[in-house]
Amino acid sequence: MMRTIRYLLQKEFKQIFRDKSILRIILIIPIVQLLLLPLAANYEVKNINLSVVDNDHSVYSNLLISKITASGYFKLQSYDASFKKAMGNIESDRSDLILEIPQNFENNLIRDNEEQLFVAVNAINGVKANLGGAYLNTIVRNFNGDIRLQLITPQKINPMPVIEITNANWYNPFMNYHLFMVPGILAFLVTMIGGFLCALNIVKEKEIGTIEQINVTPIKKYHFILGKLIPFWLIGLVVFSIGMLISYLVYGIVPLGSIAMLYGFVAVYLLAILGFGLLVSTFCQTQQQAMFIAFFFVMIFILMGGLFTSIDSMPPFAKIIAGLNPVSYMIDVMRMIVLKGSGFDDIKFHLLKIIGFAVVLNSWAILNYRKTT
Amino acid sequence: MPDIVIHTNKLTKRFGNFIAADEITFEVEKGEIFGFLGANGAGKTTAMRMLCGLSAPSSGEATVAGFDVYKQTEQIKMNIGYMSQKFSLYEDLTVLENIYFFGGIYGLNKKDLKSKSEVLLNQLGMHHEAKKLVKTLPLGWKQKLAFSVAILHQPKIVFLDEPTGGVDPVTRRQFWDLIYEAAESGITIFVTTHYMDEAEYCNRISIMVDGKIKALDTPANLKKKYGATNMDEVFFELARGAKRAE
Amino acid sequence: MKKQLFIFIRKEFAHVMRDSKTLLVLFGLPIVQILIFGFALTNEVKNAKIMVVDRAHDVYSQQLIRKIEASRYFEIKTDGISNSNIEENFKAGAIKVALIIPSNFNQNLLHENAAELRIVADASDPNTANTLTNYLSSIIMDFQNEVNIHTTLPYKIIPEIRMLYNPQLKGVHNFVPGVMALVLMLVCVMMTAISIVKEKETGTMEILLVSPFKPILVLISKVIPYLILSLVNVCTILLLSVFVLNLPVNGSLLLLFAESTLFIITCLSIGVFISVKTDSQQTAMLISMMGMMLPTILFSGFMFPIENMPLPLQIVSNIIPSKWYYVIVKSIMIKGLGFSAIWKETLILFFITIILTGISLKSFKIRLA
Repeated sequence: MMRTIRYLLQKEFKQIFRDKSILRIILIIPIVQLLLLPLAANYEVKNINLSVVDNDHSVYSNLLISKITASGYFKLQSYDASFKKAMGNIESDRSDLILEIPQNFENNLIRDNEEQLFVAVNAINGVKANLGGAYLNTIVRNFNGDIRLQLITPQKINPMPVIEITNANWYNPFMNYHLFMVPGILAFLVTMIGGFLCALNIVKEKEIGTIEQINVTPIKKYHFILGKLIPFWLIGLVVFSIGMLISYLVYGIVPLGSIAMLYGFVAVYLLAILGFGLLVSTFCQTQQQAMFIAFFFVMIFILMGGLFTSIDSMPPFAKIIAGLNPVSYMIDVMRMIVLKGSGFDDIKFHLLKIIGFAVVLNSWAILNYRKTT
Repeated sequence: MPDIVIHTNKLTKRFGNFIAADEITFEVEKGEIFGFLGANGAGKTTAMRMLCGLSAPSSGEATVAGFDVYKQTEQIKMNIGYMSQKFSLYEDLTVLENIYFFGGIYGLNKKDLKSKSEVLLNQLGMHHEAKKLVKTLPLGWKQKLAFSVAILHQPKIVFLDEPTGGVDPVTRRQFWDLIYEAAESGITIFVTTHYMDEAEYCNRISIMVDGKIKALDTPANLKKKYGATNMDEVFFELARGAKRAE
Repeated sequence: MKKQLFIFIRKEFAHVMRDSKTLLVLFGLPIVQILIFGFALTNEVKNAKIMVVDRAHDVYSQQLIRKIEASRYFEIKTDGISNSNIEENFKAGAIKVALIIPSNFNQNLLHENAAELRIVADASDPNTANTLTNYLSSIIMDFQNEVNIHTTLPYKIIPEIRMLYNPQLKGVHNFVPGVMALVLMLVCVMMTAISIVKEKETGTMEILLVSPFKPILVLISKVIPYLILSLVNVCTILLLSVFVLNLPVNGSLLLLFAESTLFIITCLSIGVFISVKTDSQQTAMLISMMGMMLPTILFSGFMFPIENMPLPLQIVSNIIPSKWYYVIVKSIMIKGLGFSAIWKETLILFFITIILTGISLKSFKIRLA
C-alpha cells in the first residue's frame, strides 16, 4: 500500500514540477499579494479633505482653522465663499468635510458666552465620517479650552476636576497597519493555494479522462486521495514558508509566539482546506466549473473571515455563519500567534474546530468521490 | 470445457427510465478476441463499464475472471487492463514515467519494471522516445503505447473501448498486430469498435442494438446467416431497426 | 444577417444557462455579496469586549462603568484586577481594550481636582484600537462633564455636525456601488474572456470564422449575451438594495442604467482584449483574476481608502475602470447628482473602451491574416 502511494506521489510531483504555470502561481501569488495588499489595505482615517467657509474672518476663526490643519488629520482643500460652493466640492469628492464658521463668530462667542459652528460630513463612508467628526470635535474642544484660559483671568476660574487620560497600544505601539494585515493575508494565501490548486488538479484528471484509467486499476479510494492531498499539503506549507520569509524580509515581522505551533496549526488547517478543494472537485466535471465554485465559496470565506472587517461587529446571525467558516479561525490564530505571542491554551479551541472541519470535509469528500458510478 | 473468463446473465443498467443495457447475456472464453459492436448509443460502453467495475449494474449477474461485478470489483481490477476511447495516459509525463507509474500501481517491483519496459520499448520501437513527453507523440503511437501499458501487468482480460479511433488504416493494422500478440500470450481481448474491417479480425462478435444483443457468433457464421458478403451488410441489416441511433 | 446573429446569440445563451455552476457564479455571487455586505460586514466597531480594572470601587468609578456599559460600542467582559490579567485576555482574544481605574479615583478627582485613567488597547488591530480609544475617551469626557455639572462653562463653542447622504452611517451606502463594480467586472471580464478562449482552445472558433460571418460579428455575438446578463445583474442588485437594504436611488434611474451599460461595454472590451491576447483558458482565468479582480477590489476605493495608498499606487488606480464607475454610481445613486457632475468620469470610461476595442480588433485581424 505504501508502494502505491509512493508511485502516486512520484507521478504527482513530476506533473507539478513540469507545469510551469503552477510553479509561477506558487511563487508569484504570494509575492504580489504580500507586497500589494498591505500597502493598499490601510484603514487609518487621516488626510480628511476639508473645505472651510469662513464667514467671520476674525482672529479666532483663523486660529481655529490653523489648529485644525495642524492636527495632521485634516488637509485644507479649499476656502469657499459660500456653503453652496463648498457643497460642490463634496459632490465632486474633492472634499470630505465642510466647516462653516458663522458671521460674527468671535463677537457672538464673547458677547453671548455661546456660539455655534456648522460641520457637514460626507457620510457615504460611515466610518470615516464618524471618526472625522470625532476628531474635529476634539480639536474644537481643545480650542475652546485655550480661549477660555485666554479670556478668563486665572482667579476667576473655579477649580474644576479634570480627568487625564493616558493610553497605551500594546503589541503594536506605532500603530503599524502592515503588522495587522500581513498575517491575515498569509492566511488568505494558504487558503487560495490549497483550495484552488487541489480542486483544479483533480478535476483536470476528470476532464482529460485519465481518472477513468486510475479507476480501473486496483488503486484504493484513499490511495488516490492521499496521493493528491500530500503534494498539495506540502505545497501549501512551502507557500506559507515563502510568505513568512517575505513578511520577515519586507515587513520585519517575526512571530512573537512559537513558530512550531504556528506550523502545526497551518498543517492541520491545510488538511481542512484541501478537504474543501477535494469536495469541490467531486461536484465538478470541468476545470472551469471547479474554478467558479471554488471562487464563489472562497470569496464568501474571505469576506466573512474577518480579514478586512471585524467579526465581533457583525450581527449575531452573521457571527454564526462566520463560525462555520474555517478561514476565520485561521486568520484569528495567525494574528494571535504572530502578533501577540498567544500560547497553546489560547488557541486550543480554534485547533479543535479546525480538526473538526478537516474530518468533516474530508470524510464528505471521500464519501462523495466514487470509483464506480 | 473451455475456460470462461467473462460470464453475464441478464445484465441490465437503467438510468431512470432509460435502459442503456437490457438483459445482456453472453460468455467469453480465455484467449478469445471478442468484438463488441453496435451503433453509437447502443449501450456498448455502458456494458463494458459494468464489466470493468466502473459502473454498478441495475440487475442481472456477471462475473469477470471469476469475480462478481457487484461485490468483487477490486479483485476484478487486479485482473484486467483497460484502455478507453478518451486517451488514457498522462500527457505531461514521459513515456517511461507512464510505464513506471502504471506498472508500479499494479504492484510490479523495480526489477520487473525495468525489464518489462525494456521489452515494451523494443517491441514498439520507441527507444528514442522513452524520455519524451507523451503529448509530443503522434496519436497512433500513443494508442499503441496505451495498449502496451494496459497489458503490462499481464491481466487475464483487457478491455479496449474504441481503441483505434482517428488513425489511418496502416497504423490500425499495426495496432491489431499487437492485439494478436497479446491474445497469443493468453490474454483475453474484449474490444468495442465501429470499424467493420476490424470486426472481421475478431474470433467472435456480438452486435448490440438499442441495449440488446441482437447477434452473437463468428464473423463467418454471421455473414452466412444473413446472406451477406461482408460485415457492413450484416451490421446494416441488424441496425436498421434501431430506434435510438444518434 | 440579422437572423444569423440571433442564432449565434442564442447558442451563447444556451452555453451559459445550461451550466448550473456558471449560473451560481453569475447570479448567486451578486446576491450573496449584496447580502453579506448589507447585513454582515461593517467597518463600524461595536460590542467590543472591554475589561475594566476597577481598583477604586467607589461611587465615581461605578458611575463611569455604568456609562460605558450603556454605550453600544462596548460590552464589559470581566473586571480584572491586575495587568497580567489584561495580557492573558488579550492573548486569548477575549478583550480588545482595557480601562484601568486607579485606587482613590473618587478622592483624587474631588480633592486634588485631577485623576488619571489609563486605556490599554490591543493594537494588533490598529484600526479597532484607535477607534475604541477614541470612543472610550469621549465617554470619559462626557463623564467628566457630568461630574462638573454644577459649574457652567463660559464661552462655549457648540459644533453642530450634520452627516450628509447617510445620517445613520450605514455601511451599505459605500458597499453597494462597490459590489456593482465588482460583479460587473467579474461577469463581463472573466466570463467573456474564458468563453472566447474556450472556443479558441476547442477549435470551434475556427469553425465560426470560416462561416460566412464577419469576424467582428462573431465577437459581437459573443459579448451581447453577457451584456444582457450583466444588465439583469444590475437590476437584481438595484432591486435588492432598494427593497432589502432600503438604499434608495436618489438620482436618475435612466442615467444610472446608461452609465452601467457604458461600464459593461468597457468591461466587455477588456474581456475581449484578454481573450485576443491569450490562448488557454487557464491563462485567461488567471489574468482576469489576478490582473482584473484584485485591482478592482484594491483600487476601486470601496474597500480600501485610495488616499492612504502610496503615490505610485494612487496613480495606478486611475487606469482602473471600476474606480470611475464606482464614483459614477455613488454620485447618481446616493448623492443624486446629474450628468454634469460625472461627465469627466464618463469620458474616461469611453476612452478606455475605444482604445481597448481598437487594439483588440487590430490584433484579431492580424491573427486572421
